[in-house]
Amino acid sequence: MSVVEKKQLMSATEIDRTLQRLAHEIVEKSGGTANLALIGIRRRGVPLAQRVARAMRGIDGVDVPVGTLDITLYRDDLSKVAQHPVVHSSDIPFAVDDKDLILVDDVLYTGRTIRAAMNGLFDLGRPKRVRLAVLIDRGHRELPVEASFVGRHVQTSSREIIEVRLNEVDKEERVMLVERVD
Amino acid sequence: MPERLRDLLAIEPLTAEQITFLLDEAKPFQEFQRHPLKKLATLRGKTAALAFFEPSTRTRISFATAASRLGADTMNLQAESSSLSKGESLLDTVRTLDAMKPDCIVMRHSSSGAAAFVASRLEIPIINAGDGMHEHPTQALLDALTVRDRRGSLAGLRVAIIGDILHSRVARSNLQLLGKFGCQFTLCGPAMWVPREFECANQSVRRTSRIEEALEGADMVIVLRVQQERLHEPKLPLDEYILLYQLTPERLRLAGPEALVLHPGPMIRGLEIDPAVADGPQSCVLEQVTNGLAVRMALLFLLIGGGSESDPPKGSTHAAD
Repeated sequence: MSVVEKKQLMSATEIDRTLQRLAHEIVEKSGGTANLALIGIRRRGVPLAQRVARAMRGIDGVDVPVGTLDITLYRDDLSKVAQHPVVHSSDIPFAVDDKDLILVDDVLYTGRTIRAAMNGLFDLGRPKRVRLAVLIDRGHRELPVEASFVGRHVQTSSREIIEVRLNEVDKEERVMLVERVD
Repeated sequence: MPERLRDLLAIEPLTAEQITFLLDEAKPFQEFQRHPLKKLATLRGKTAALAFFEPSTRTRISFATAASRLGADTMNLQAESSSLSKGESLLDTVRTLDAMKPDCIVMRHSSSGAAAFVASRLEIPIINAGDGMHEHPTQALLDALTVRDRRGSLAGLRVAIIGDILHSRVARSNLQLLGKFGCQFTLCGPAMWVPREFECANQSVRRTSRIEEALEGADMVIVLRVQQERLHEPKLPLDEYILLYQLTPERLRLAGPEALVLHPGPMIRGLEIDPAVADGPQSCVLEQVTNGLAVRMALLFLLIGGGSESDPPKGSTHAAD
């Protein structure tokens, strides 16, 4: 199986503008940044959460805490992983109890990642509220999960893949639509 | 990523890369031990058979707790109550266990090579929890994790191992593991317990019967338990052993303030180790116990957590991570 690139969905500038907008929306809908904390889902949710926090500081002058969540141990598709599954550390340097949490991820697809992330979060405590912010919502949900904050909705077929490339992880910055070919 | 492990029978066949992978995989499980809610559902519906043909308390409890925290169930076979005392062969016993469809067997046995023998005859993953005088691989892994955390790296450490090395599978697994990271060893104990085989097999190993010589400049000291029943072969009075080989604060000073003290347990205070050392800042014994859980969780997760099918997970971009 290989993949072919179909088109670019977002440039570096568009990613940046979208994250700025998401940060504004989150602050506005939350009535400020008090009690807020961001949790980036490994891997690409992590740099996105850090960038949203940076944008929030620009808006409100406040440092919103950022945590990192690894969901490997909560996945429901481990039996389909052929290689050794690699677990990474979660790093949530604050108590989640009674916090107003925003989960941050790059792409919302089946909803299974978010289901796993919520199970992981609730093992750490009882947040007051949990909302979801994603850069791209591509549809095809398999669970009743919706995002509160969406960068862009993209219509996709199930053969297509959204590739989010971020400087921190991939040394390039863009979002692409690619297709699997047999 | 290194080649997929099927079993863990010994440290000897592993590469330094595989060992590093296992230690890295244990890191998130170390952090997990500090969670308020210590229960995952990751291995829900899986079963680990714990077959201890030789009495064990801490290793068995450690594996049972590791399995439980991952959400797996355990089946327990213990030496005292097993049908072995009724004359059943090892192979028949493990085949019976296997017929109850566990997902792996964790086994300890008094014969060297017992785990490898069972692994060659059963399909399911086997974890060696100690086989005779051969190896105790999870002990070496938890020791390595403990030392790597405190020192930052395993490379080139000077290691002193004190006590009954001849009968110790802990010593053998540690020699194998640390040897792969270029460590230098000094084996020390009564001559009857420090066989020449190690020195002959490996240039980085030397022997001494003087503990002061072994401790001089050591970065880490592994103190082995004195199995009192072995003091009779040939006869060595207990007080003489204490006089010559007990790790005391004065002796530890020869190794320097940064040197780490490890003991696989059970530890007999006042015999092989002075209580002031056992409870001192250089002692790692309780970290070893906690790290044992992390290593065993990582191992169970790796061996029975993933699937064996080759089809990749579908769809999401996370699958590739």
